[in-house]
Amino acid sequence: MLHIKCPHCGLRSQNEFSYGGDASVKRPELNKEVSDKDWDNFVYLRKSPIGKHLELWQHISGCRQWIKVERDTLTHEIFKTLKANEEV
Amino acid sequence: MQKYSVFSLIKNAFKGHKDWEVAWKDPTPKSEYDVIIIGGGGHGLATAYYLAKEHNITKVAIIEKGWIGGGNVGRNTTIIRSNYMHDENGLFSEFGMDLWRNMSQDLNFNVMFSPRGIINLAHSDAQMNVYSRRGNSMRLNGIDAVLLNREEVRKIIPMADFSENVRFPIFGGLMQPSAGTARHDAVAWGYARQADSMGVDIIQNCEVTGFDVSNGKILGIRTSKGDIKAKKIGLCVAGSTNILAEKLNMTLPIETHLLQACVSEPIKPILDNVVTFGAGHFYCSQSDKGEMVMGGDLDGYNSYAQRGNLPTLQHVLTEGIAMFPFLSKLKMLRTWGGIMDMSMDGSPIIDKTHIDGLYLNCGWCYGGFKATPASGWTFAHTIAQDRPHKLNAGYSLNRFSTGHLIDEKGLGTKTWIS
Repeated sequence: MLHIKCPHCGLRSQNEFSYGGDASVKRPELNKEVSDKDWDNFVYLRKSPIGKHLELWQHISGCRQWIKVERDTLTHEIFKTLKANEEV
Repeated sequence: MQKYSVFSLIKNAFKGHKDWEVAWKDPTPKSEYDVIIIGGGGHGLATAYYLAKEHNITKVAIIEKGWIGGGNVGRNTTIIRSNYMHDENGLFSEFGMDLWRNMSQDLNFNVMFSPRGIINLAHSDAQMNVYSRRGNSMRLNGIDAVLLNREEVRKIIPMADFSENVRFPIFGGLMQPSAGTARHDAVAWGYARQADSMGVDIIQNCEVTGFDVSNGKILGIRTSKGDIKAKKIGLCVAGSTNILAEKLNMTLPIETHLLQACVSEPIKPILDNVVTFGAGHFYCSQSDKGEMVMGGDLDGYNSYAQRGNLPTLQHVLTEGIAMFPFLSKLKMLRTWGGIMDMSMDGSPIIDKTHIDGLYLNCGWCYGGFKATPASGWTFAHTIAQDRPHKLNAGYSLNRFSTGHLIDEKGLGTKTWIS
């Protein structure tokens, strides 16, 4: 089982969290011209790397905050957890 | 190639089974091939077989990092079906069903295809409506579908929970009687043996480390056993697709996720069909050895680990026990995991790429095993003719940017919940 350290609540088991996907994906800026290619990149295309992966999780059965987790997709080791508005 | 039959069995029995030919050779790679298929799983082996059989292209190599059949073709729950609503998926899968029905004869290898029928259980009136719609769509495409009411389901699977006070009562189900199971390893071995006999080189324990691309054209691959030139290269690597795509500077609408499956201790025959729980994600069948073969949800986060975590297994088996209470009495024999190439609409990609001579076969999510023959057949066609067959025309790589998605479940791009 994964143990995720919520930056708000501390170390909790995986059962309390739900996954939110790749955190490195940036939504195109509002009120600006967005090309089809940029939308395609944002909505569909993912690197899905082997190794370090920055991802979103929600502490759904806890403080309900979204957080960022830097995790290894091969070993499942968690290197770092951050608040949603923090950068690595 | 030595033909397998009752006569060859008797003949070899008299010789103490010492003279059987090897099923496939272990060649060293040549310096050049017409076609290289990367990935010696079911789809890659089938592709090589149909390239040789249907298109007379025999200067072919299969490059496999590990051993053939060691990935998802050896890790699945062996279910074969074509109960899809959308035309692209339905027609493609039903074409595959015809190949499954003849596979043992075609490959001269007993793949133990067992058309025992699949039942998707419904647990509400709304779900019965959805299933009747899907069943009608299937029948329009020539696929057999039968809508069963509660009593009809009870006759087929009386061991399911039909008591009154359950959280998800069984209202009925949708059955595809021609669906079933097959012996998964035999599929890989049967295709490998036939492909080898027609001249295909099966090269195992050989890792692809890079690609040789010049002026938008593929020239060859770099491997742990040296550089190999090829006019055409097909990628058939399922969960490892993104690893190779990165070496090609490609970003794909694919994420790699982990799926677990498990089998119980063997018990006497109780379940004749494949049954799926409709109020969650759980499916179950009984193997010829008597084990209950079970699977369900993805672990739910990007992973290349090929091994899972307990919370998901616990969740999946809770659903299983809600459907078949007797499962709670069984001991678990084995659990394992495989890595799935989850596409953004749940449907696969079999297409050309922007690189001339490079072809892509991926995005099978957790439905790759049943697609093995149809995938190999259409991918071989796409490579040989340099254009998709009409059966896989919908499985294009650019359908995401053009909006022609084939979203069977209507879940959108959250690959980890699909």
